[in-house]
Amino acid sequence: MIREKVRVKKFTIDGICVTGQSNQTILEVARDNGIEIPTMCHLKGLSDVGSCRMCIVEIEGRHEPIPSCTAKIKEGMEVTTSSPKIKAAREMILSMMFSERYHTCSTCVVNGDCQLQSKSVELELSHSFTPYLNQRFEIDASHKNFVNDPNKCILCTRCIRVCDEIEGAHALDLFGRGLGTRVIHDMDEPWADSTSCTSCGKCVYVCPTGALYEKDISEEEIIKKREIVTELVRNRGQK
Amino acid sequence: MSTATDDRYNALEKIIKKLGYEKNALLEVLHNAQGIFGYLGLDTLKFIAKRLQLPYSKVYGVATFYSNFRLKPKGRHNIVVCAGTACHIKGADKILQKIEQRYGIKAGETTSDEALSLLTARCVGTCSIAPVIVFDEDIKANVSLENPLCDIEESIK
Amino acid sequence: MITSIEELQELAQIKKSQNDANPREIEIDMTSNFYTKQTRIVLENEGIIDPEDIEDYIAHDGYIPLFKVLDEMSPKDVIEELKISGLRGRGGGGYPAGLKWESVSKVQSEQKYIICNGDEGDPGAFMDRAVMESDPHRVLEGMAIAGFACGADKGYIYIRAEYPIAVKRLTRAIKQATKLGILGQNIAQSGFGFTIEIRLGAGAFVCGEGTALIASIEGGRGHPRQKPPHLSDHGLWGKPTILNNVETFANIAPIIKNGGEWFKSIGTQNSSGTKVFALSGHIKNTGLVEVPMGTTLRELVYDIGGGVEDGRKFKAIQSGGPSGGCIPEHLLDLEVDYESLKEVDSIMGSGGLIVMDDSSNMVEIARFFMDFCANESCGKCTPCRVGTTQLTGLLDKFIAKEATKHDFTLLKEMCLVVKSTSLCGLGQTAPNPVLSTIKYFEDEYLAGICDD
Repeated sequence: MIREKVRVKKFTIDGICVTGQSNQTILEVARDNGIEIPTMCHLKGLSDVGSCRMCIVEIEGRHEPIPSCTAKIKEGMEVTTSSPKIKAAREMILSMMFSERYHTCSTCVVNGDCQLQSKSVELELSHSFTPYLNQRFEIDASHKNFVNDPNKCILCTRCIRVCDEIEGAHALDLFGRGLGTRVIHDMDEPWADSTSCTSCGKCVYVCPTGALYEKDISEEEIIKKREIVTELVRNRGQK
Repeated sequence: MSTATDDRYNALEKIIKKLGYEKNALLEVLHNAQGIFGYLGLDTLKFIAKRLQLPYSKVYGVATFYSNFRLKPKGRHNIVVCAGTACHIKGADKILQKIEQRYGIKAGETTSDEALSLLTARCVGTCSIAPVIVFDEDIKANVSLENPLCDIEESIK
Repeated sequence: MITSIEELQELAQIKKSQNDANPREIEIDMTSNFYTKQTRIVLENEGIIDPEDIEDYIAHDGYIPLFKVLDEMSPKDVIEELKISGLRGRGGGGYPAGLKWESVSKVQSEQKYIICNGDEGDPGAFMDRAVMESDPHRVLEGMAIAGFACGADKGYIYIRAEYPIAVKRLTRAIKQATKLGILGQNIAQSGFGFTIEIRLGAGAFVCGEGTALIASIEGGRGHPRQKPPHLSDHGLWGKPTILNNVETFANIAPIIKNGGEWFKSIGTQNSSGTKVFALSGHIKNTGLVEVPMGTTLRELVYDIGGGVEDGRKFKAIQSGGPSGGCIPEHLLDLEVDYESLKEVDSIMGSGGLIVMDDSSNMVEIARFFMDFCANESCGKCTPCRVGTTQLTGLLDKFIAKEATKHDFTLLKEMCLVVKSTSLCGLGQTAPNPVLSTIKYFEDEYLAGICDD
């Protein structure tokens, strides 16, 4: 295995000079310096997959933008976190998330505490403009405490990653591929019948939308403790 | 039939052993299991997960990602209509329609008497003899759009 | 066991005399234009040698290049020869093979891998199948030479499950080569060892993409991952890996045998050597044709292909599969190479060429490819997973003549976003057929607009 030496690198983000360690990502250094880049599938404490494409940034010399959550920093890099092209792309990607499945905020239990909603405010997206796909999925409410509603899922895979990396149970994975991909327990069995799930609730905590939520709590009382995973990882002394 | 007394599971166990119980041999194991059982039922998948010491959801995720793995039993006979580009412009969709009409099933389904499973493939790699259908293991070349089943219909029982 | 070039040449002589005593009858008319206008290097053994007999391969100078490399050349020499040849990856990327091998050879690692991509998923492409079925040893030889040049002792061939004959022949070829000591430990007493294993695909076009292929060999779902890091630094099981196409490996033995300069002298300035194209569609002579780079499309379609069948009129030729574009009649004098195809908004891709006559509806062709990508999308990233289906739906509106002007603007905008923000090549190139047909056949899209 190649042993990487960790060095301090100097580069610019939006014209501002910043420094970071060579094993850090552009997103990490940006956040360390108070520069905001919108994200969705990223959650500090979990591995990064670069799948939502929300955190894309432009790099001088590269033709196409790349996700900042997975890009390691390089000496002399020139990063641009926002441009008309990136802004338009982020709006379209967020639109796609809304139009992919069935998001009706007024009847959703995480109305007001949903990261899809907060992202729309952040990007100033007033309505989704990509064609609606009108998919409908069955809800799994078998578990005594939690509900899995694939109609609200944006396939960020935070739940799968937290169950695998933090809880270590790997009760969740993906079924199928493409548009019909679903988050499932065990062999697509009802949550209540899962022999792997420890009912720890971490997946519910980290879910950005109402795809996973706690039963018997009203909309006003629901608080998604998403940062609890970040705290947990830090307390354990992991990166 | 319990896995202990079913000979097919013994055969599968032998193959898994030959592959060294390696987790990364999952696709090979699934191919072999499908060859033995004809499809990948839940019991078979759970057996494989236990033997390779993999989470259930991981094995299920892999089995459902790839088009070649069948989770439901297939018919005694198989027709695969190639839907690749060359076959498409030569009228593959008309061939598929005719077969769907004749047997009352759509692609991906099996007839109720389990005689025939109908599938489509994205390209079987025989583009110069398009349009092509594969009947069981045989490739049928330059299939007629009017009568695609001419020499195979009588074998489907 | 063969342990030296001399022993190899001895075996070749014996087999050659046996062959001369019992010549094989070649039933095809090799004097037709279809064959005489080709330059067969990759396909030179097709139909001539028995693919299930290693001795026949050896009788046709097989494995001499490998033994020559082990005897007389250093890894650096091999890479230098490859760089001189100018060979570019034949899988579609067109990345210079010499540079790829050089970057992996420079990485310090105790374990490296050579992977041959036999997942040929492009509809309309079957050249890799032909090589694997008719000349399997050529692939093994190319991989072994790559292993020597880059410092790898292990190779994998990833073959799609839809090619059972290729799997069977390659398995047999590996067994035969291993038995003779041509694969395994200490080949030709050189100290270099190389073993090859076959891994099966299971019906996922996305697994033709390098990182997805690796995820598949590692026993998982075929999800690509973001690059960098590139495979040369972090590939199979995190080790430096060479991933090349079947056709690329099939060119290695001839390059070593005849020299890099010889290869460079064929083809064009930026694309040397030959390319195997799969001609199909509305054309008289379908099949695999191998021609020097720089051959014009017109020669391919009319001189070799025999022209459009049924007396119909030529409309377009599609190159590069679902990642490529449609080229209209007025560009037929284009000299085919990597750059010239890019200039007309298409790509070389794997070499599939589909000829379309005037009965073809170009919007429908674009929809066919978009639907293909939507079905094959792995689902990991938002723009490809959602965008390909939404684009298919929009194209349906044009076909049904129910589209609006707004739909046309949205179609173009979505294509550009999917192209620039998708995670891997599948999504990044899925909009190409749409963008290409809009460029050359815009009237067919406009005909689908009904603005009420």
